[in-house]
Amino acid sequence: MKHTLVAKVMDQPGVLNRVASLFRRRAFNIESLTVGHTETPEFSRMTIVVDTARVPAPIVEANLRKLIPVAEVVDVTHLPTVDRDLALIRVRCEPAERAELASLVEIFRGRIVDVATDSVIVEVTGDEQKVNGLVELLRARGIVEMVRTGKVAMVRGSVAEMKPAAQAAPAA
Amino acid sequence: MQRTGAQIVWECLVKEGVETVFGYPGGAILPTYDAMLDYPVRHVLVRHEQGAAHMADGFARASGRVGVAIATSGPGATNLTTGIATAMLDSSPTVFITGQVSSKVLGTDAFQEVDVTGITLPITKHNSLVTETRHIARTIREAFVIARSGRPGPVLVDITKDAQQGKAEFHYPEAVHLPGLHEPQPPDAESLAHAAELVDKAERPLILAGAGVMQSGATRALREFAERTGTPVALTLLGIGGFPQSHPLCLGMMGMHGEAFTNSAIQRADLLLAFGMRFDDRVTGNIKTYALHAKKIHVEIDPSEVGKNVKVDVALVSDLRVALEALTPIVKAKRPEAWSAEIEGWREDTRSRDIVHRDGNGRLLAAHVMHDLWKATGGSSVVVSDVGQHQMWEAQYYKHDEPRTLITSGGLGTMGFALPAAIGAKMARPGAEVWVVAGDGGFQMTQSELATVQQERLDLKIAIVNNGFLGMVRQWQEFFHDKRYAATPMLSPDFVKLAGAYDITAYRVGARGDVASTVKKARETKGPVLIEFQVEKEDAVYPMVPAGSDLNVMIRRPPEAGTEVRS
Repeated sequence: MKHTLVAKVMDQPGVLNRVASLFRRRAFNIESLTVGHTETPEFSRMTIVVDTARVPAPIVEANLRKLIPVAEVVDVTHLPTVDRDLALIRVRCEPAERAELASLVEIFRGRIVDVATDSVIVEVTGDEQKVNGLVELLRARGIVEMVRTGKVAMVRGSVAEMKPAAQAAPAA
Repeated sequence: MQRTGAQIVWECLVKEGVETVFGYPGGAILPTYDAMLDYPVRHVLVRHEQGAAHMADGFARASGRVGVAIATSGPGATNLTTGIATAMLDSSPTVFITGQVSSKVLGTDAFQEVDVTGITLPITKHNSLVTETRHIARTIREAFVIARSGRPGPVLVDITKDAQQGKAEFHYPEAVHLPGLHEPQPPDAESLAHAAELVDKAERPLILAGAGVMQSGATRALREFAERTGTPVALTLLGIGGFPQSHPLCLGMMGMHGEAFTNSAIQRADLLLAFGMRFDDRVTGNIKTYALHAKKIHVEIDPSEVGKNVKVDVALVSDLRVALEALTPIVKAKRPEAWSAEIEGWREDTRSRDIVHRDGNGRLLAAHVMHDLWKATGGSSVVVSDVGQHQMWEAQYYKHDEPRTLITSGGLGTMGFALPAAIGAKMARPGAEVWVVAGDGGFQMTQSELATVQQERLDLKIAIVNNGFLGMVRQWQEFFHDKRYAATPMLSPDFVKLAGAYDITAYRVGARGDVASTVKKARETKGPVLIEFQVEKEDAVYPMVPAGSDLNVMIRRPPEAGTEVRS
């Protein structure tokens, strides 16, 4: 099964390398990994989707937490979350088909962001299933090129319910 | 006051209470060596950086204090790596400082440049590259905190030459800001209560004690728990010393070369209490058939070890001593009499087969050497063993009663570990009698450190168990490869002459009758002494659980014509 882990990590050189190296060394299987800035300049945030068929999620989580620049890890798989994945899809499209394609994309709240004589680029944002749904439909028309960001996730709910997964205790 | 980066390195080490470092100079670390002369730190010049790493490791294992090694960039740093990995696998608190080429040429394949933090990333607990003088103090402080905290381990700090040469204000931070360093918490009350319930219900409980006993200073707490509940104690290789082997509850070493009765007890137990050990494949054998009748309680400081190899019923993620001090008062005092009797029956069978109770039929057996060394030293020495057959015979026949008296490379199995690690151990505990026990193969990997022994005038005793083979590999070839001895017969130098070249007193022993008297002579000699024991060439370590086999499927020592069972 797939688990989604959200990690708060120090914004330092080499942190992504440490995480990737850990996954490689322990043969944990990464489905996707995204990293970006957060509300604090000191920290970045990683959303890691990992296949836990071979190694259970708590072991992956505990190994991540052992990395010194990793401040916090939360397994959000079973929590209510907002998940987003963004895709850019270049799809074959003759001028005569544009209007029909635009209305199809519209159903997925996507849009056409670039137009060429024989193709267009479609942008779509949503949870993985929704993006997959549009990709399947477009495949029949001929996808020339596609890029997806991988999933980012945030837990739903009020600020009062948020609590850190791991206390960052003052060190010796 | 402004200081150079090089001075700041030494200021930090002095603040950390470091009195001895092991190292080897070179271009990129030269500013730091220049500054060294002005600081009260003893520097031990090694003959190869691998030696420096093992010395720092041996120093740490013998004392519990952080061991420190220093090397230059490029080959200096890569030579450290075997020692760093050894320290990593056995959780030894160590700090490695390496020089790096100047930040201006980083990444250009400059002379003696190598990506040290990249290379050591998977074999350190943490590492850092420092390119600015003002970051040196904080990074070194963090390195010491990280090396010691939780499950200890090696930390490497790579400092560019220009950072060593630059100037900055020296301020040594007491507190460090490391949001990712999670201090161990005490075990939660619910898990403790559940553990106590399992302990109270168990009829055939067994403790598996590992290196965590030493790391957390839990020898007394372990003894109190074992005695209160009448629970026998089996030891991992690195757990030896954590519980006195002379204690009636001690079952000795478990696993691949553990005693047959110890492994039988594990397979028959209805409760395993794993204390500071990690269910390594060398102790479990086939994981699918491992201790199937037993509930399992795992007390372990590193949460990533819980459930990694063996599913457990209760996990106490905590420092072992803290957990035991909380658990012992809430369990019932008892004596599992029937279980003890069962174990003693098996123990008697093992005793009757034991090679120690047979004569060698005129041959000198390594097992007898270890037994006689134990007797002759009163069991009070610190023994630093290498890797291979002699290491297993030492573990079986030298009965350790005190913590930190057996130092050996368990997880990585690093040949060449013993001599340099013993130098580190002797520097950490100058008052202790320290013996190197090595095979002819492993000894030759790092024998250049004999020069370091003599240079530092160390009172170190060295026993080489010479069987003319890479013995453990030969044993596997004998058992599993039809005795096809590919690359295992080994030529050695005349070790007595070799010692002579370093002006080290040496003896050669080939007969059982000379073992004790020669050990006695060595002990009475002040300064280093080397003894080469020429032992039976094709002996094997018994019993043996073949890799991946069920733990109670053991190859036992065959009866031999002409060897009398004396017990």
